[in-house]
Amino acid sequence: MANPNSDQRIPTVICDGVDIVYRVNGTGAGRGSATAALNRMLRRKTAEKAAGVRRVHAVKNVSFTAYKGEAIGLIGTNGSGKSTLLKAVAGLLPVENGAIYTDGQPSLLGVNAALMGDLTGEKNVYLGGLAMGMSREEIKERYQEIVDFSGINDKGDFITLPMRTYSSGMGARLRFSIAAAKDHDVLLIDEALATGDASFRKRSEKRIRELRQHAGTVFLVSHSNASIRDTCERALWLERGVLRMDGPTEEVLEAYEEFTEGSSKPKRPNPKKPKPQKQEPAAAEAPLSS
Amino acid sequence: MSQVLDTPPPTATESAETPAQLAARYGLSVSGARPSLPEYVRQLWARRHFISAFATAKLTAQYAQAKLGQVWQVMTPLLNAAVYYFIFGVLLHTKKGVPDYIPFLVTGVFIWTFTSSSILTGTRAISGNLGLVRALHFPRAALPISFCLQQLQQLLFSMAALLVILLFFGVPVAASWLLAIPALILQFTFNAGVSMIMARLGAKTPDIAQLMPFVLRTWMYISGVMWSIDKLTDQQSGLPSWVAPVLKANPAAVYIDLMRFALIDSFHASQLPPHVWVVATGWALLAGVGGFIYFWKAEETYGRG
Repeated sequence: MANPNSDQRIPTVICDGVDIVYRVNGTGAGRGSATAALNRMLRRKTAEKAAGVRRVHAVKNVSFTAYKGEAIGLIGTNGSGKSTLLKAVAGLLPVENGAIYTDGQPSLLGVNAALMGDLTGEKNVYLGGLAMGMSREEIKERYQEIVDFSGINDKGDFITLPMRTYSSGMGARLRFSIAAAKDHDVLLIDEALATGDASFRKRSEKRIRELRQHAGTVFLVSHSNASIRDTCERALWLERGVLRMDGPTEEVLEAYEEFTEGSSKPKRPNPKKPKPQKQEPAAAEAPLSS
Repeated sequence: MSQVLDTPPPTATESAETPAQLAARYGLSVSGARPSLPEYVRQLWARRHFISAFATAKLTAQYAQAKLGQVWQVMTPLLNAAVYYFIFGVLLHTKKGVPDYIPFLVTGVFIWTFTSSSILTGTRAISGNLGLVRALHFPRAALPISFCLQQLQQLLFSMAALLVILLFFGVPVAASWLLAIPALILQFTFNAGVSMIMARLGAKTPDIAQLMPFVLRTWMYISGVMWSIDKLTDQQSGLPSWVAPVLKANPAAVYIDLMRFALIDSFHASQLPPHVWVVATGWALLAGVGGFIYFWKAEETYGRG
């Protein structure tokens, strides 16, 4: 758990007081919906509240610094803003207040949205690779590796069938294999580990570890405390959009587990130890300041 | 927006350094900030293979579940042309006085469809692909451009069908057919530009996608797709004399007439508006460059929930 101070502790991701707010149209929260909508279009920001736009404050004033070589787990109950925070780090969601500074371009591990079920697995490998910014040559080079890793062809020549014919497990494996084919500076993984059968999970955990060695920094969102323990040495605990705790995985997970077990009983205003946001060990002992 | 890079005044925090200063010291950049225009163009160029692969994938996926498969690429435009012929040629007799009416009509329908579906899909390019926008990094302009490219590929299928129709109706092969290529390039640039404008508007206000079919239909009827705008000047009652030239200078009509001029030998240069190539290039540049810059200006906001 001891932070290796030997390397220079180069920051790769800095979150500075980040707020993220979603605006949702058409929730019917305003007065009569049609006039409200018109109102909204005409007056834009001023009448937002009155016009039935719901503001969802998903992440509230989160600050942390991530360093090169770290693997950071993001934990928290459902809807606590973990994925949202990741997307903002990736630069895919604009922040409302504060700023996120990154080294290079962090990328989310996932290409699902770029793939098309009507195309063959083979074409999807190319499409997904291109969508992630790989060149055709790179994909060609890694094509066999990707297919072998996914294990799609273990039971016959399935890679030449349209993806919609795959079982959900097969599809998930191919998607992960495509997404994991590229090396990233800062890698953001959103519960990708929980797919596929046991042998595939083992392979993908190994691949994540490899990616971690290549990547500067890895963020992992997962509800599996075990996989967080396995891969991460630092954890951030988000609850209702607030960063509750930031520290070594063991400590944070302990508090978190206590919290989740406690909250299964009805109404508990505060968990046993209402820890305020912990002083980040990294920032406290920043060697190079001043 | 919080895209400011300059450091806020130092506050008394645990270390003397603010996060912004720390970021500046290590050369970190603001995540999701909009790149400069030349940088954006460079990024877009780097993604050219993605743009074409995405367009082709969309095109083939379109009929992947149909029994006849890719035959529909040619069948759909032909059926479209047949319907318009039935209504405008047979029932309404619009063809009176227009030589080679069927090639005239089919060219009009195909070229118009290229522009209208480019704009229609462009309107939904961002709002209909939020999943993609929120998951992966690429210059967002790749989406509207890719959709226009898909429509261009679709049009090339239609053009193959059109050639058959032309030959069938005895239109002679001529060197002027080659003019179709610059005309298509200009039209594509125009379409891509308008698509990017619509993509930005549609990303902000998705309702526009509901409105577009009506706008486009109106545009179609005033652009002389199934009738000749020249007929307006000849016989129409009470229409001011400026109406026809204005209608003929509208980009859709310009590109349609250019294509008719290139392909149909009974369509004479005198039927084209004056300085037609200048007008066609002007529209293409205005929409293409203007649309691109307009789209880029909001690059960092696409995908906002």
